[in-house]
Amino acid sequence: MHIAVCIKQVPDSAQIRVHPVTNTIMRQGVPAIVNPFDLFALEEALRTKDQSGAHITVLTMGPPQAEDALRKCLSYGADRAILITDKVFSGADTLATSYVLASALRTLDAQQPLDLIFTGKQTIDGDTAQVGPGIAIRLGYQLLTYVSAIRDLDADARQIFVERRAEGGVQVLQSTLPAVITMLEGANEMRFADMPGMFRAARQEVERWDREAAGIEDIKQVGLKGSPTAVAQVFGPKPRAVKAVRIEGETPAAQAEAFVERLFADFPQLE
Amino acid sequence: PKRVLPEHFKSYTGVWVFIEHERGHAHPVSWELLGKGRQLADSLGVTLAGVILGGTDDGVRALTDEAIAYGADRCYLMQSEVLADYRNQPYTAGMTTLVNTYQPEVLLLGATTQGRDLAGSVATTLLTGLTADCTGLEIDMSDRSLLSSRPTFGGSLMCTIVNLATRPQMATVRPRVMPMPERDATRSGEVVTHALDLTEDSVVTKLVDFIPDARADKPQLAFADFIVSGGRGLGKPENFDKVFDLAKVLGAEVGASRPAVHAGWVDPERQVGQSGKTVRPKFYLAAGISGAVQHRVGMEGADVIAAINLDAKAPIFDVANYALVGNALELLPALRDAFERRLAA
Ligand SMILES: Cc1cc2nc3c(=O)[nH]c(=O)nc-3n(C[C@H](O)[C@H](O)[C@H](O)COP(=O)(O)OP(=O)(O)OC[C@H]3O[C@@H](n4cnc5c(N)ncnc54)[C@H](O)[C@@H]3O)c2cc1C
Ligand SMILES: Cc1cc2nc3c(=O)[nH]c(=O)nc-3n(C[C@H](O)[C@H](O)[C@H](O)COP(=O)(O)OP(=O)(O)OC[C@H]3O[C@@H](n4cnc5c(N)ncnc54)[C@H](O)[C@@H]3O)c2cc1C
Repeated sequence: MHIAVCIKQVPDSAQIRVHPVTNTIMRQGVPAIVNPFDLFALEEALRTKDQSGAHITVLTMGPPQAEDALRKCLSYGADRAILITDKVFSGADTLATSYVLASALRTLDAQQPLDLIFTGKQTIDGDTAQVGPGIAIRLGYQLLTYVSAIRDLDADARQIFVERRAEGGVQVLQSTLPAVITMLEGANEMRFADMPGMFRAARQEVERWDREAAGIEDIKQVGLKGSPTAVAQVFGPKPRAVKAVRIEGETPAAQAEAFVERLFADFPQLE
Repeated sequence: PKRVLPEHFKSYTGVWVFIEHERGHAHPVSWELLGKGRQLADSLGVTLAGVILGGTDDGVRALTDEAIAYGADRCYLMQSEVLADYRNQPYTAGMTTLVNTYQPEVLLLGATTQGRDLAGSVATTLLTGLTADCTGLEIDMSDRSLLSSRPTFGGSLMCTIVNLATRPQMATVRPRVMPMPERDATRSGEVVTHALDLTEDSVVTKLVDFIPDARADKPQLAFADFIVSGGRGLGKPENFDKVFDLAKVLGAEVGASRPAVHAGWVDPERQVGQSGKTVRPKFYLAAGISGAVQHRVGMEGADVIAAINLDAKAPIFDVANYALVGNALELLPALRDAFERRLAA
């Protein structure tokens, strides 16, 4: 069985700071991590490998430094890592991103047929949840989003049963391989990398695929050029029309009393 | 960086809203989007349509009346046994057929598990742009394009995203971001039916079972009228008890900022904000929450907002009606007592 896991390197949001005066993001020195949601996807692939044996290829489209994120995945137990990197890929929206990833996955599939592709539910930076569906449509694979559990996987029968989070309940779906699965957070718990894993990851080669190696056919569909959406403007949030009324009081009790009084005087309908 | 719209897209006209339903229940986000869609269609001077895909039962057909009551001029109705339950493949086929046939300029969907699944697939099939999780939608009257706003990563900033080179312009919006419009049962509109050219044998994925959520024990934040939320400023998990104590007196739900959830102080279901729930209560109290834009977008639709913060300059006060500068650990119990006395009287 051959499983591909798509991962993205993102800035660690826990360490992002906003400049107190200019209100802009201070990205300098913010460490990059594997998108946390993608670890649920990787763990699910590793569990399949543990249970029934599988070859796991992790891949990402990103700048050269995204290699670190791939190495991290190797240390957990992935077998092969591919960094899809080329200057022409930058500025991609989700449509252009799924085009590049689908091209690379097609190339990978030709080398060793793919059974499953995992992605995370969404990233913590772009946060769109659009890349997984995009890949499935482009490859013509079955799409299974928001999967909370794989109930049964039978590679010989080309069959899979999953639980999918839907509005108001859980769908149990039966589908066929190859399929694209976007994994829900909390579906499993990520393992720790062990020492041998870390040593192996440090030594192992991370392959680099440029547009040619990735099998990109139409250069007009990648990067900024291939992206129908564009950021037109960046602005601060609009202040509310009303200015906050400051509630004072000698003690917390007096302040609380004054607030309750004022609130119900201004908005009697709340009571 | 807008691009010139290719000639063949100029025939695309009208605003569409996908009317989402699961097991016969329409998702309220559909009506919220019709409210917003009405404004967009009026600015553009075009019709607003609801798009309904579903099984062959009368319940699905009845959704057309609801959509019209909530502001649609027209409904596109596609009924087939194959569409009885939501599945990606037939819904994508149905929606792309309708778009290619009737050519809308704007298509809005709820940012739910169903809406996002469908939106991503439809946009890729049509090779058009899709903006995720918008908190604001407007028309740029200079060129009739859709301006979609959403928070940008990490900072206290928003960005406006445009899509000028392709049609339709697609966007998803989360539940409770847009206000619910008035329902007017006297409105009338037309229903256009369209058949789906797909049989069950060609649909690969099958629905084996549906396990409804046991709703009872889950917090129902999105629909609560009163919410008391706590943030990192509370310092430690035990202090969250003070939030629960006040909420109990008010009959309120308890909400939280992301750090409070990430620290494991409260259930993730309680997170308010961009990556949590959007809420529109009558009253929202934020205690020990700084007011980052990702939190704001989840709660600024509340009718009345009060905030407790040690820092008089905290950005949360920019969205609040009432500012209580002080220590939440003292003010929360004081408020509990004050509300208790008042509400008992
Ligand atoms: C503030 C901001 C707003 C944006 N808004 C939009 C928008 O509204 N519409 C739009 O089309 N684009 C938007 N983008 C661009 C978008 O973030 C990029 O296209 C990005 O490359 C992929 O989208 P995502 O991060 O949302 O991924 P998601 O679709 O959320 O990712 C889902 C999964 O796909 C996989 N994946 C995603 N990216 C990669 C990758 N590069 N390599 C390998 N696997 C990957 C991962 O498994 C991930 O968990 C925005 C970007 C920013 C910074
Ligand atoms: C992609 C993305 C998505 C996000 N999604 C969300 C989301 O959905 N929801 C969300 O909330 N955040 C979200 N965030 C995080 C957001 O940017 C902020 O980091 C977060 O909202 C801050 O939480 P906080 O206000 O509790 O903590 P802080 O910013 O640390 O603020 C704590 C506040 O408490 C005050 N305080 C301290 N002690 C006391 C006391 N004793 N009494 C009173 N006040 C006190 C301080 O003055 C301060 O203002 C997201 C971020 C990103 C990048």
